[in-house]
Amino acid sequence: MRIALAFLFVVLLAAPLVYKRVRAHNVASQAGLTQASVLSRYGFSFEESSKAAGIDFKHTCPKLDAKLQHIMPQVASMGAAVSVVDFDRDGWADIYVVNGGEGSRNALYRNQHDGTFRDAAAEVGLADVNQPGTGISTGAVWGDYDNDGYEDVLIYKWGKPELYHNDGGKHFTRVTEQAGLPKWVNANTAIWFDYDGDGKLDLFIGGYYPEDVDLWHLKTTKIMPESFEYAQNGGRKYLFHNLGNGKFEEVSEKLGIKSRRWALASVAADLRGTGYPDLFVANDYGVSELYLNEGGKYFREAGKETGIGYAPKSGMSAAVGDVLNEGRFGVYVSNISEEGVLVQGNNLWMPQAGHSAAEPHYENLANSMAVELAGWSFGVQFGDFNNDGFEDLYVTNGNVSLDRKRSYWYDYSKVAGGNKSIISDAANWPPLDGRSLSGYQQKRVFMNDGSGQFKEVAQLVGVTDVYDGRSVALADFGNRGALDAVVANQNGPVLFYRNTVSPGNHWIEFKLEGQASNRSAIGAQVRVFWNGQQQLQEVSGGSGFCAQNDRRLHFGLGKISGIDHVEVRWPSGKTQTLRSPKVDENHKIMEPL
Amino acid sequence: MISQASAAVERFFSTENRYLPPIFITLILLVGQVSFGVLESFSRTLLAIGTAIVFELVLTKLIYHKFPVLASAYITGISVGILIRSPEFWPYALTSAIAITSKYVIRWRGRHLWNPSNFAICAMLLIAPEFIATLSIQWGNTVWPMLVVWVLGAFITWRVKRFHITATYVGSFIALAGVRTLITGHPFLAEVAPITGPMYQLFIFFMITDPKTTVKSKVGQCLVAFFVAVAEMMFRLAQNVDAPYFALTVVGPVAMILDIWMSSRKPVAATAAAAVAFPK
Repeated sequence: MRIALAFLFVVLLAAPLVYKRVRAHNVASQAGLTQASVLSRYGFSFEESSKAAGIDFKHTCPKLDAKLQHIMPQVASMGAAVSVVDFDRDGWADIYVVNGGEGSRNALYRNQHDGTFRDAAAEVGLADVNQPGTGISTGAVWGDYDNDGYEDVLIYKWGKPELYHNDGGKHFTRVTEQAGLPKWVNANTAIWFDYDGDGKLDLFIGGYYPEDVDLWHLKTTKIMPESFEYAQNGGRKYLFHNLGNGKFEEVSEKLGIKSRRWALASVAADLRGTGYPDLFVANDYGVSELYLNEGGKYFREAGKETGIGYAPKSGMSAAVGDVLNEGRFGVYVSNISEEGVLVQGNNLWMPQAGHSAAEPHYENLANSMAVELAGWSFGVQFGDFNNDGFEDLYVTNGNVSLDRKRSYWYDYSKVAGGNKSIISDAANWPPLDGRSLSGYQQKRVFMNDGSGQFKEVAQLVGVTDVYDGRSVALADFGNRGALDAVVANQNGPVLFYRNTVSPGNHWIEFKLEGQASNRSAIGAQVRVFWNGQQQLQEVSGGSGFCAQNDRRLHFGLGKISGIDHVEVRWPSGKTQTLRSPKVDENHKIMEPL
Repeated sequence: MISQASAAVERFFSTENRYLPPIFITLILLVGQVSFGVLESFSRTLLAIGTAIVFELVLTKLIYHKFPVLASAYITGISVGILIRSPEFWPYALTSAIAITSKYVIRWRGRHLWNPSNFAICAMLLIAPEFIATLSIQWGNTVWPMLVVWVLGAFITWRVKRFHITATYVGSFIALAGVRTLITGHPFLAEVAPITGPMYQLFIFFMITDPKTTVKSKVGQCLVAFFVAVAEMMFRLAQNVDAPYFALTVVGPVAMILDIWMSSRKPVAATAAAAVAFPK
């Protein structure tokens, strides 16, 4: 009996080692594949092509108040961001990237239609926007707030948010004061959406640090979160209602948005089929929040009611996707996972069966769908990379990469577990001292097999960088039916992953333009019906982490060469049906009047 | 009537009540979960508890041909369920299984040497760090929940005659936090911060006071608590995130071996008198 017991004990101890060995063997057996093998196996491959594409941009970090010097790389660890826009209406997606050093310049890469880009930011007046005293850019979102046909841009900052009007795709005029934007917001997220369906784009800005904190001139070091998972001492939220004359009215409190959690990401989508966009906010140091839109008149925070507001984590990014081709959105939220220290796991909030669409309840299926562990995750986006008809998932990650051999995690976890009075004072935080904090991490590309399972293939399909990834944006930059990815890295280069898709799978794209609705068509939903299934996508005014995908919607279709029909539901409430549109084409759709 | 009720309360809060610690730990769990959602999930914690109980039942029946009192297995399971975090289910079951099995395998002169859950958590941290982490977050951002736990915990450990262990450890931790500050130059508050977290409440009220894996004399118990704190300081200076678990894993069995050896040299009656009333 004793021998049997000892044997059982050894088996129990050995079980994880055997499991790891089997798993490592499976991965190793797939390593070293040729591109042809990768294409045949996974249907796509990425090639980092920034140099060939003429994108030569390196993000720089700010130098904040000297009182934060001992933890500067950690505090100044956010700000790299990318958004995609066709700012000159030439039918080709362009790229805007922001910078973080005082006096550094942002870049607007104009698509040259030949696979290359040229920086036109200085030419159009969008480069020199990080002057000392005004703060530094942390992101940009594009939307045609005045419905003149050209996408305007809000550059949000740890500093003064700036609104620029697009003058016919040739120049941008600063209109911040006329618009009535606040003097200072330490923002890490902003999105355009038409919350009340009046045909004019409204604006949400989420504060991270409180708005009375000037990170370059601190009055106190008590600026940090009061808790690692329950903090409510962050920045306020702003909801700007578009009045239609270039002016905005701040209505957040009036409409029920009063949170002071540390917002890092927001995404708006009509999650309930009401015709009005709901607002999902992913918060660092706490639970996410879901603001249900009550007819454009009020937002009701329903985090607990819908199941997403219980387990506090470190929400970094949020994106919506119709993961199972059911015509319903799931919401993916990135968090932190560090081996042996903190395993929060990312969340994939999927609508639970048995609940009405109007009163949804969500269940975190990240684990069972194998998209849970992705390191210190930041930017995420859904997109069908291999055109097989199912939305895949791109996750970038990595926090602070300094000394590879020394980690700050011990000291970080030490103070993170402390009481409010300890953690909230930066003076109590041990110095970083050149150490890394979840640095040099491998990225994740999760391939959706359509049956509820994802397979992680990043290293195999060519996503091999280990920069501190922040922001990811997707677009078909070559107008060839393949979703490329642009990644902005903190204190690192912008990467351009050009996608090669295996021939055979079909696709269709839609560029929408509103007439009664906002002209950017943000909030318009498109459902493609084919092969007995449907896929839902929505034009977004910002998603992921400090990012915005191209407004043009891309659907992979698999081997099927024809589709049944397409339904478009505009933000105005109008619906439109397209019968058997041609596949492998980009369709421009104007909202019918 | 009143005296009967009073006697019942007295019995409930006595060292004879094997179920007092399980009731208390369950209370902590429920308060923590309802207030702050400290658990990874109820299902994972139940899996840890269920596995511990099943292993305890089966192994006791097979080896001793009797049914065990399950309070100890319940504490082991619930400790595992609270203290580890993993997105997977299997680490909860496996950690509990290792914990219970270790009690029956690693024994010397009839006593097991390690606190079962502490041993199993350390083993998992060493062999499967990709899949688990320990609870290292806060319970809220105010001191009130901690005060409630401290008051309740102090009362219970005092009733079961174990408070001196907890007090020695806490005092040593705070003093040694000052020593660490002198060595590292880090703020004293940063060094003290960990003890305000929930992991430590379980550690100071349940792990280091576990009667089956502590020495028998009161002075010895205080000495062991002090040396655990010293070992923890060493692990902390080596920047080990899970310092308290490893400290107890190192110091605990050494103390036990010494205690067993010293007890073997004393008359039997003296040894029996030092028996404690905590459940197995």
